[in-house]
Amino acid sequence: MTIRTPLTLATVHPDKGLRAALGQAPIEVLEEVDRSGIRGRGGAGFSTGLKWRLASEAPAPDGRRHVVCNADEGEPGTVKDRALLSELPDLVLEGMTIAAWAIGANNGVVYLRGEYVYLRDGLEDCLARRRASGLLGHDILGTPGFDFDIHIRLGSGAYVCGEETALLESLEGRRGEPRNRFPYPVVRGLDQAPTIVNNVETLAWVPAIMARGADWFAGIGTPGSTGPKLLSISGDVARRGVYEFPFGVTVRELLEASGGEDAHAVVVGGACGVCVPAVDFAREISYEEISTGGAIIVLGPGRDLLDVAENFLEFFVDESCGQCTPCRLGNPVLLEGVRSLRRGECTAERLGELQHLGRTMQDASKCGLGQTSPNFFLSLVDRFGPEIIDRIPV
Amino acid sequence: MTTSIPLPTEAPATVGATVRATINGREVEVGSGTTVLEAAHACGVSIPTLCHHPDLIDVGVCRVCVVEVAGQKNLQPSCVFPITEELEVSTHTPRVAAARRDIIDLLLSEHCGDCRTCARNGTCELQDLAADYGVDHYRFGQRTEPVFVRDDTGPSIVFDPDKCILCLRCVRTCAELQGVWALGVTGRGAGVRVTTFADLPLSSEFCINCGQCLNRCPTAALTAVDVTARVRAALEDPRKHVVIQTAPAPRAALGEEFGLPPGTPVTWQLNTALRELGFDKVFDTTFAADLTIIEEGVELIERLYHALVLGEPDTALPMFTSCSPGWVKFLEHGFPEYLPHLSTCKSPQQMFGTLIKTWYADRNGLDPADVVSVALMPCVAKKFEASRPELTDSGFADVDLVLTARELAKMLRQQGIDLPSEPTSDFDDPFGTATGSGVIFGATGGVMEAALRTVLELVTGEPVEDLYAHADITPVRGFDDVRLVELTIPDAVGPVPSLLADLVPDWDWLRGVTLRVAVAHGTATARRVVEDIRAGGRFAGCHFIEFMACPGGCLGGGGQPIPTSLEIRKARARAIYAEDAAYGKAGHARKSHENPAVQRLYAELLTDGPGGATSHRLLHTGYTARGTFLPTGQKG
Repeated sequence: MTIRTPLTLATVHPDKGLRAALGQAPIEVLEEVDRSGIRGRGGAGFSTGLKWRLASEAPAPDGRRHVVCNADEGEPGTVKDRALLSELPDLVLEGMTIAAWAIGANNGVVYLRGEYVYLRDGLEDCLARRRASGLLGHDILGTPGFDFDIHIRLGSGAYVCGEETALLESLEGRRGEPRNRFPYPVVRGLDQAPTIVNNVETLAWVPAIMARGADWFAGIGTPGSTGPKLLSISGDVARRGVYEFPFGVTVRELLEASGGEDAHAVVVGGACGVCVPAVDFAREISYEEISTGGAIIVLGPGRDLLDVAENFLEFFVDESCGQCTPCRLGNPVLLEGVRSLRRGECTAERLGELQHLGRTMQDASKCGLGQTSPNFFLSLVDRFGPEIIDRIPV
Repeated sequence: MTTSIPLPTEAPATVGATVRATINGREVEVGSGTTVLEAAHACGVSIPTLCHHPDLIDVGVCRVCVVEVAGQKNLQPSCVFPITEELEVSTHTPRVAAARRDIIDLLLSEHCGDCRTCARNGTCELQDLAADYGVDHYRFGQRTEPVFVRDDTGPSIVFDPDKCILCLRCVRTCAELQGVWALGVTGRGAGVRVTTFADLPLSSEFCINCGQCLNRCPTAALTAVDVTARVRAALEDPRKHVVIQTAPAPRAALGEEFGLPPGTPVTWQLNTALRELGFDKVFDTTFAADLTIIEEGVELIERLYHALVLGEPDTALPMFTSCSPGWVKFLEHGFPEYLPHLSTCKSPQQMFGTLIKTWYADRNGLDPADVVSVALMPCVAKKFEASRPELTDSGFADVDLVLTARELAKMLRQQGIDLPSEPTSDFDDPFGTATGSGVIFGATGGVMEAALRTVLELVTGEPVEDLYAHADITPVRGFDDVRLVELTIPDAVGPVPSLLADLVPDWDWLRGVTLRVAVAHGTATARRVVEDIRAGGRFAGCHFIEFMACPGGCLGGGGQPIPTSLEIRKARARAIYAEDAAYGKAGHARKSHENPAVQRLYAELLTDGPGGATSHRLLHTGYTARGTFLPTGQKG
């Protein structure tokens, strides 16, 4: 993993954001974060300010609220959170502390991807240093009554535990299976208490916003997708690695920066993302246009897109929690459909049924995993029609 | 003289605002938090469901009940979508129908089995869905070869994972209602399956055979062991004298199998039907229930005497009832240190079984080896109970074959018998006459009420009707998880009846004593009560507790007709209490100690009285401590 561009986050003065936040009332911090327009960097793009506000307003009968850092970075093709946890862990923990001040939380958890266990010691050292410096613990930075600490919990390798409610189930010691929405975690999350679950990168930007101001952040990117974004570019490019671009960067600009100009297609969003054809390379990366949590996988001229689809669907067949019908049973059907396409045995009628099934999975699955697992396949059929049609027996 | 102590309910219902929802254009006003599914039912809109069950907490996993909710990007599961603000819902749009059809086709793709040879043919919810949604071929394939091993090693329950569609109703039943956790989920993705601890057969698990799981299974993944072929073979064997005892709970429910509304008793039609099936004698289990009350009541008095008069601190109190075999096995596994608290009385089924193979065979010049003793029960744990090696005091199995209500309904249909239109007839002697007290054994609280009727009357010497109108001891009735009732014995006590003369010199020691009794049903509740006793809580101060493994008691048993719900169980209870009341109106005995057949039994066979040596030899039993997770060398 190489960081290919200078990171704005590396230039943020340590703890300047936290000190600025503690100099304000929590409601003012909420407003500042809200005004920055920052949206969740894990991919779903929910307004961070709104999420925090809902958690701060939700009744907490025993006074407990939680800040959970979602460090279960499992989307194939993304390593940008790993970069932050390796290079700038203080910033992530500082962001959690600011969040705690804003919503009135006293407990923080970093849910660390099981495969990132090698990062744990470094994070623990970082936590110990922050405790020793009065940046965690009681009366943080001399602020009476602001008590907050963070501990680290390891995942066990399930992709679905990156889904925030499955993550909470896992934290509570049960099978990592997504919960039903309503109530959302901001109302009843960890141990039934109001909880915010934020992506590593989202939390890392918070100290920058507090240190430099919401206007600075909102001035970068597009109106609906403010700020810079970290992207992991992998696949058939000359220079794989982690890049920082402002939202609104085009697919072509990414290819130029990474040396993948001859790309046949680009997967934006990882296994649960969409396949973008060359004709769309002028489109922007943003929540309004083509959204991603950070994964950009470039597919060169020699790639069989159905090979990629098969690979992704094998992944989902294995990684579905198996709880809801569309995801548990739909992914194997789609996988078999892609295989039959590759064998030249899938009729046009069958292809239509598979598209229909894919849309049902998007529409009726319980969580984001099942709702997004057909994306790549459906975008192939939609945007690469000729390549697919060629595989259908006459 | 009675005070009922209200227990805190699980979560106080919040009396909140009402909100308006529009469902398919129909407006309905519901309490905030009502689910879309509930609101739809309230305004007459039907939404198909599969993982939803009225007894269970909804999980929203099957996705069959998805609907369109205005303002929501995706379809939403109506069973878990709460209405908290004004809402517009469409339940049967083309978009919904198309998704639902895909989901049903997917469910069928993992469901392996042939409907025509299936135990649930005609009562399968997946089959109904497929019919309703016009499934005409297996669009996403069909599994034709089983991939799992069918677990049919136990005496009560058969588990066929190939028919499982992962609705998890069984897993939730076992955990939420029964507190047993014999079933769980393992694997992930397409490899998810319902399984047992360490993947062992259910008969090798801490499973209590209650069958609540199979009563809520929408398919035939979980079914009861079927012995109809064996019963039929016995009936066809001219050398065999085949008798059947029928318990009150299935009599209050069997009508459901023949299209009658829940709560329509068919007791007297059933007697005729059973004779037409070829049974030589038809007996009423409530006779043995009355006998149980005498034996168990005396056992309670003995224990109280030892504790209160003789001052023996080690006397095991509270005494626990022992007629529910699911509850007995639950205690054997989960709380073996409390086994001394269990009454040593056999269950009515087993008492009756012993008497049939001894006293009855003897009186009628029958070789007990040629007597086949069948029991119609609401219960699948009774199948296990009949197989217990210690329940062979006649020298043979006390009970040979246990039929559930569903199995008997099948046999009647095969014989072309339409139960509701059968003429009525009475039970056979010498056990024929039953009492209302025996009948109410079928409902939660019934054993306690029957015992109290007898104990109060024997101790006070006054008709219990003078204490409770119509002898209805209503505080122990109802469907609350647990009822705790205190009764103070009046200062005026009567003489000790001659039947109990050897037991206690007088009743003076009970003057003014406050009896604390409790009733609990569902083993999840039972677990809470026993844990409370262990912690020295208020139930530790009880004298006598009725425990029934199944929600609602026997009328909610795992052998009863499918489906089940609180409404259905309440209807069955009404039928049972109506039968009890009818005994009173008809001038029959309503109290166990007044049962003339029971009195005759003590005069002819159990001549050393209740709790005497003969009783103990024939009517009492012992228990086996079993492992918390797995049986210790015992076949479960």
